[in-house]
Amino acid sequence: MPIGQETLTLAATRRAPASTRRHTHPMWFLVPAFAILFVFFFLPTVFNFIYAFTDWSSFKSDIRPVGFDNFSFLLSDGTLFGALRITVIYAALVALFQNLFGFGLAVLLEKDTWLNRAARLVFLVPVLMSALAVGYVFQALLKPDGSVNDLLSALTGQQVSIAWLGSTTWTLVLAAVIHAWKWMGLSMLIYLAGLKTIPEDVTEAARIDGASGWQAFWSVRFPLLAPAVTFNVATSLLGSMNGFDIVQALTGGGPARSTEILNIFIYRTFGQGLFAQATTMSLVLFLMVALLAFPVIRILRKREEIL
Amino acid sequence: MTVQVFGSTVRSRVPAPGSRGIAARLRPFAVVVLVGLVMGMPLWLVVVTAGKSQGEALSPDLSLPSQWQLWDNLAQVWQQGEVPTAFFGSLLVVAPSVALVLTLGSMASWVLARRTSRLNAVLYALAISGIVLPPAVVTIVLLLRQLGLAGSPVGMIGVYTGIYMSTVIFFVTGFVRTVPLSLEEAARMDGAGPVRVFVSVILPLLRPVLATATILICLYVWNDVFYAFFVIGGRLDTLPLNLFQVANAGLYLNNWHLIFAYIILMSLPLLIVFAVAQRKIISGITGGAVK
Repeated sequence: MPIGQETLTLAATRRAPASTRRHTHPMWFLVPAFAILFVFFFLPTVFNFIYAFTDWSSFKSDIRPVGFDNFSFLLSDGTLFGALRITVIYAALVALFQNLFGFGLAVLLEKDTWLNRAARLVFLVPVLMSALAVGYVFQALLKPDGSVNDLLSALTGQQVSIAWLGSTTWTLVLAAVIHAWKWMGLSMLIYLAGLKTIPEDVTEAARIDGASGWQAFWSVRFPLLAPAVTFNVATSLLGSMNGFDIVQALTGGGPARSTEILNIFIYRTFGQGLFAQATTMSLVLFLMVALLAFPVIRILRKREEIL
Repeated sequence: MTVQVFGSTVRSRVPAPGSRGIAARLRPFAVVVLVGLVMGMPLWLVVVTAGKSQGEALSPDLSLPSQWQLWDNLAQVWQQGEVPTAFFGSLLVVAPSVALVLTLGSMASWVLARRTSRLNAVLYALAISGIVLPPAVVTIVLLLRQLGLAGSPVGMIGVYTGIYMSTVIFFVTGFVRTVPLSLEEAARMDGAGPVRVFVSVILPLLRPVLATATILICLYVWNDVFYAFFVIGGRLDTLPLNLFQVANAGLYLNNWHLIFAYIILMSLPLLIVFAVAQRKIISGITGGAVK
């Protein structure tokens, strides 16, 4: 029985180190890291599940349980689903744009010429900048009398004065583009590194088999980028779901709260002293990320395995 | 066979080399235009506006200032935004957080990677859950108050360490698994204890992945404003928090020149580090991420 044999030998080889592991890799190495995780990460998360069901606020000193009042309040005035919808749309758009831009840049700047090297460095500058700063810069650029309209006026030959940040529909999309602009340099780097790991002869083989450059790229090289796609989609999605600075600096949640993503809502209600409501939203964000992130990562991982 | 018109270094990828050639020749121009438009315009706006007087900067545009007063503006912001205090405030929070999270994270990662029990698998899953799950910012404040750490640098360092511990453990554990056990065993034969093995065998080997983690976490923590609002809001100056203050006051008074001057001052430290060590940083980021 080959299977039994295998487990036997495996167990035999494993048993010896397993008993000594206690001395060679002691458990106390885990203690400091887990102590910090417990106090500063797990405990507040547990608190989230408790204080979301209380009337904790800055207006009174005692905290009393109120059941689902916070949820029903946030549901009844439409904030809960409004903020949820805005956050999900924002995150999806950021993931889309950031990967499109990053991938496009990686393909454009793939060859190691001096110009491309210099361009790569320039695209990394926003990654280093504070997201708050990026928000302010674009707020200035996109003013009705700002430079983007000036440029469009010069190009079209007529006065353009679009209120870029005044639309309740499109400002959110624009905010996502700007978020993607800040982080596309990082995605570009990851895609470039991915492209570099694909050996030349793979593409060569495809070309010899008669594939056009276009075909060779999309059906041979692109699928091999799967790990880079996973990393980039996952990080961009999570970064944008926890987003705050760019939108806060760009619009502060406006116009008419149409760009008020969950973290801006949490910040605003916390500032008003409505701690329990802020906690409730924080819990909602936690549950949403938990529900969305794990399947997304699993799907992406599965795609890697198939290929 | 098609003749290689543009020299043998350019491999023709499409059967029609003529059309491809034009595209290949146009590519550098496309790069220049793209960089100029997408990156040059915003960065140019920052520099020229930071060099203008208040009147000229009222509605920021791409024109050159009639008279450069960049230094005056920088000096004014330096005082008004309390840049030195904020710089050291940022440093006071960033350096210990990064050092702590990397040290404790790698310690835990080493044992998590080497032990193979079921309990260990559970612990590992718990340890990396923070990559995905958002921190509970509001209740952290409550907890810090109960611990007497609210508004203190220690509380802030603890929060950052807790938030980024998962990222470090995830990256480093994956890396430790690629390090052969035999290296450790050789040291152990010579009579080295676990601490000795970890410090003199494992840590040096972790350099590339620790570089990646350091860069990313420095970036996040140096520029963070969201968690800082909740934890230290107003009781300690950091660069991003002061930018927010300067900007809020500045927008109200239409002081765009001061906002942009502050942005320049604030971005400078990271830009200088980047300019000096760009090659290492780039290979650092990619080295640990694609593995």
